This record gives sequence, C-alpha cells and structure tokens, in this order.
Amino acid sequence: MVSPEDLNAIWITLRLALTTTTLLMLVGVPIAWWLARTRSRARIIIEAVVSMPLILPPTVLGFYLLFFLGPNGPLGGLVGEAFVFRFSGLVVASMIYSLPFVVQPLRDSFLTISSEAIDAAATLRAGPMDRFLTIVVPLARPGFLTAAVLGFAHTVGEFGVALMIGGSIPGRTRVISIAIYDHVESLSYGQAHVLSAGLVAFSFVTLLVVYAANHRFRAVTP
Amino acid sequence: MFVACGKPQPPKPRFARIAVASNFADPARALADEFRKTHDAVIEFTPGSTGKQYAQIINGAPFDAFLSADAARPERLESEGRGVAGSRFTYALGRLALWSTRADFVDPKGDVLRGSAFAHLAIAKPDLAPYGAAAQSALEHMQLWDDVQSRIVFGENISQTFQFVESGNAQIGFVAWSQIILRTGEARGSFWLVPSTMHPPIAQDAILLTDNAVAREFLDFLKTPAARSSIKKFGYDLPDESPDGQP
Amino acid sequence: MIRGHLRLSRGAFTLDAQFEIPPAGVTGLFGPSGCGKTTLLRAIAGLAPRATGTVQFGESHWQDSSRRIFVHPHERGVGLVFQHAALFPHMSVAENIRYAIQRRPPESGHPTLEEVVAIAGVGHLLDRAAPSLSGGERQRVAIARTLASTPRLLLLDEPVSALDLDSRSVLLPYLQQLCKSLSIPVLYVSHSAVEMGGLADNVLIMSAGRVHETIDKSAFESRHANKKS
Repeated sequence: MVSPEDLNAIWITLRLALTTTTLLMLVGVPIAWWLARTRSRARIIIEAVVSMPLILPPTVLGFYLLFFLGPNGPLGGLVGEAFVFRFSGLVVASMIYSLPFVVQPLRDSFLTISSEAIDAAATLRAGPMDRFLTIVVPLARPGFLTAAVLGFAHTVGEFGVALMIGGSIPGRTRVISIAIYDHVESLSYGQAHVLSAGLVAFSFVTLLVVYAANHRFRAVTP
Repeated sequence: MFVACGKPQPPKPRFARIAVASNFADPARALADEFRKTHDAVIEFTPGSTGKQYAQIINGAPFDAFLSADAARPERLESEGRGVAGSRFTYALGRLALWSTRADFVDPKGDVLRGSAFAHLAIAKPDLAPYGAAAQSALEHMQLWDDVQSRIVFGENISQTFQFVESGNAQIGFVAWSQIILRTGEARGSFWLVPSTMHPPIAQDAILLTDNAVAREFLDFLKTPAARSSIKKFGYDLPDESPDGQP
Repeated sequence: MIRGHLRLSRGAFTLDAQFEIPPAGVTGLFGPSGCGKTTLLRAIAGLAPRATGTVQFGESHWQDSSRRIFVHPHERGVGLVFQHAALFPHMSVAENIRYAIQRRPPESGHPTLEEVVAIAGVGHLLDRAAPSLSGGERQRVAIARTLASTPRLLLLDEPVSALDLDSRSVLLPYLQQLCKSLSIPVLYVSHSAVEMGGLADNVLIMSAGRVHETIDKSAFESRHANKKS
C-alpha cells in the first residue's frame, strides 16, 4: 500500500522531527526561562522575534534561508555547503520554523511557577541548576510536554521550508509532505490519500495525548 | 423614443480566459499584444503550474483554452472529451539547457558533467516536469545518469530548478532555454544548449476548451508565421507543421 | 553581629537602610506596610540582586558592591520563613522537609526529620500534599523545613499576618517560645506592635525605606503600651 520511497519519506520525516524537537528543547528552555524571568526591556523584542515564524509563510522562510546560506549570500556560501540540500539544513530550517511552538508553551509554564517557591529553594541551599531541576521542571511538566509534542508535530507537517531548501532528495531531504505534494501533482491520488490520512491520524492522536496529559496534571496539582 | 431604454450600451468586448503554463506566461502576453493589433478582443491569462491547472479544468474552472507546459495533460483532456475535438496542437517545443551562473563553468559540449567540478546538479523532477524527464534522458544518453545520482537535487518544477541554480546553491542545472533568455538578458553565466536529439521532444500543447471565438482565433494566430517567429525568439523550437496548422 | 547598608530603587520606592543585628536573640524589624521591611529582609537573604551596598555576617562579607562581592543566597545559610509559607506544591510535607535535610552541610546530623517534626508539631501531616494544608499548618511545615536546613540566621517575614485570627492566636505563642529557644540570631518582621512586644529583644524601627532607630524591648513596649495590634 505504501511504496518503499514513501516509507523512506516517513522515516526521514520522523528523524527530522525527533532531531529538531530535541535540539529545540535544549535551545528553547533557556530562552523561555529568560523570557519568563527577565525584566529587561529587550524582552518584547525577543518575544517578537521568537514569534515571527508563526506568521511568516514557510516558503518565505525557506527562500530567504536559501539566499542567506547560498554563495551569493552574506556568508559567501562557506557555511551553506553544510546545510543546503542536506538533512542538517532541514534541521536548522525546522528549528526556526517550529521555535515558537516550543518556546511559548515553555515560557507560559514557567510563568505559572511562583518565585517564592524558587526563592525558598535557594535559601534551603539549592543552587541554580538544582532549583531548576527539582522545582521548576516538575512544576512545568505540562509545558515541557506540550512544547515537545507541538514542536514534533509541527515539524512533521512542515512543507514550504523543506520544499525551498531541501532539494527533495530521496533518502535525505524528501519528507512526507513533499511526497504527498508530488503524488497529487502526478495524479497518484490513491497514494496521496494514504499518506495524508496517516498524517491526519497522527496529528489527532498527538493532540489527544497532549490534552489528556495536561488534564491529568491539572487534577493532581491544584 | 429613447425614454424606456436609457443610454445605448457600447458593445461588450470580445473576451476569452486562457490558462497558460508559467514558463510561457510572458511570451503569451507578448503574443496577445500582437494579436490585439489585428483582432478586436481581450484575453485574460491565468499563469500557473500545469498540474494544478489541469485539476482545476477537470473540476470546472472557466477557461476557454489551455496552453500547457507538456503534451500529456492536453492529451488527457482530449481523451476525456473535455476539449473541442481536433483543436489540440503543439504550439512550441521546449529546449533544454545546462546552465551555471558562473562564466566559464559550463563548456559548449557539456563535458563539465563528466568531472567532479560541481557539488550539486539541479534538475526538475522527471515524473512531474517534462524538462526533468528530458534532463534525465540527456544524462542517460551521455551515460552519466548513474554517476551524477548522488549529486542531484530536485526542483518541484522548472522554476524552482532555475532558482536553485540562480541562487548558486546548485552549481549547475538543467533549465529551460527560454528561462535563460528571459531571465538573464545578456545570458549571464555559461551554458550548453542541449541538442534536441538527446531527449524526447518537450512538446507544449494547446487545446481549446469551449466554443469561444476569441480563444479559437488566438490559437489559430499561434500557428501563423509571425507568431511562430516570435515564439522562436523566446527560446522555443517549433514543431514541423505547415503554416496553416495541419500536421 | 550582622550589619550592613543596603540600597535599592524600585519605581517610586527607595530603600536606604543601615542595620545592625546582634548575633543572638530576637531582633524585630517593625514598621508600617510598604516601608520596605520585606525588601530589606530579602536583600539580607541575597534574594534581591539589584540591591547595592554591604552585608556582613560576622567576619564574612556576604555582599560588598564596591568590591563586586556577592555571595549567592544558596551559599549564605540563611533560613527564611515566607509570609505565605512557599512550600513546594508538588511535594508532600515530609518531602518538603527532606529537601532541606538533603542540602545542608554534611557535618550536621541534627536536627533529624523526627526532631524538627516534633519541634514544629507536624507529625500528623507528613504524608499530606503541601497545597492541601491550612494556613497555620503550612506555616508550621515552613518552620520545620527552615529549621531542618540548619540556618545560621533565621529570617521571618510576617509569618502570621496571612493567617486568620484563630490560627494566629495558636501559632504566635509557639513562635515566641521557639525563637527564644534558638541559639541562632532571629530577625522577625512585623507591622503588629502586639506581636513584636512579646517576641523581640531589640526592635529596628523602619519607615519609608529607612531604619530610623533601634530600641530595646522595654522602650518599645512603653511606646506602644496603649496601642492595639
């Protein structure tokens, strides 16, 4: 029912989403933490920058990345070699594209944690990393879960950026959304249906998981 | 006498709506300007990707004619009984070119393909775009298809392929000759015009979809020597037809 | 002796307080709401990094802005009982207290969990989730937790102000007795003269961000003899 090339595309997409989400959590947590705690005026600027991928069309993002990383761009193509038409380029592009979906739930979750609890931990001799791991992370669990799941699901559905910067190379950058697009373009509607239905089911289950987990968390900690 | 009717209305302009492949959009408009000098009519062009336009047409989009980027879609429309019988013909033949933005990179025989001077070669997806299929043919003809496999990047269509090369991310790529003429003016960079014997013809067919007189006249106009010579200037070849359009 | 001079500007409010706290006994920090008592308390604990000036604990310099010295709060060994207890909501009472025990200097074996639980009278609450406790119960757990961390200095920020009158009347005598039994210095913040009178050996009088004077217990009591709480 699903061709080997499409199975390949599914595999690449999953790898891309996993890699992107992992890296985004590592990068996004410090950013979200800073946004939640800082009083600096730069906060609104950073908030706006982080949110931009929400409204920028992905194709615009991909197009500018292509130019920026290319030999005619400001980096003179030195860095571009390692990214354009490569899986690593898709990862970078996906990280930008899915950034707000990871940072915002984290930040919102951090905002709900009382400063007093964190201050109390400090007076009980917990250092910064200790406080973060033992107080912040457990209390921000819904935010972490939401951020990871949304980041993952959002990357799975990515199309425009992958289209512009990926080069659609089978086994390397040809992701599910491009496979579906190609099937539609070449009138293989049957295969397009199979992949699309799979994506829809996946998205639905993903969101169910997020909401169920958050619901349970709310019931446990008033 | 005139009380009941009001002002007399000017006669409605004769009008047609034509779907045209993106790569032929500019030539089509230029030809329509020529057409208007001798015909009293207005033509509205809708450029787009041929695949999508085909889907729109079979779902009832109100086009009077279709200038496709390939022959397959008009053939399908004809066999599905959606076009005016006997109206389908090839209005242009695409020419394939190997191009790079760097001067002195592509030699006039395409031997650059044999070496390892390039990290990426862009072609349009063969199963989606006739120029892509032609590129694959040419590479197979040169027995290089297997050698370049690992360095190929695929554009969804010929425009995206062109973009990959123009941005420099792909050092070379197979694009349409008409794109080079249109987009680079003085033919910036270096290129190799691929002999048409190395690939099946990239036939671009037109088909009449409704009984619209303006559309019919325009399609006939495309077969005239004047129009054919313009089409040639835009970077296309012409099918071997006699001037009055008979195959 | 704990001494220092701390300054902090926040909008319209400016803290500019010089203080001296004896190394034993209970010192009160008294003043009307909004005078900066809590701010000063937090700054002494190291929880107000934007405050500038000096804080000296005995021979150690906890803060000296002119020499860019700042000891982080988790390195000072300061115990702070917050007005609203600040218990960790995702932990039980026992876990809250164990959190403190796990982080205290390795030499101190005392007090044990059982000991602080007995001192604070929270033995019957050990398995309860922190958010399910009443105000008075929460404060007792907060006290137990703070004592379990073997602080060198105990700070109490209006510990009974947020409680209802009944809880307050139960907890206050307990606090009085507890503070007197401790060998470490205690700084007790309140705006209530009645609370202060029963507890403090010396009182720092504060208003509008400044410490105006230090008076002893009897002077304080006679000043506020005819005033209600």
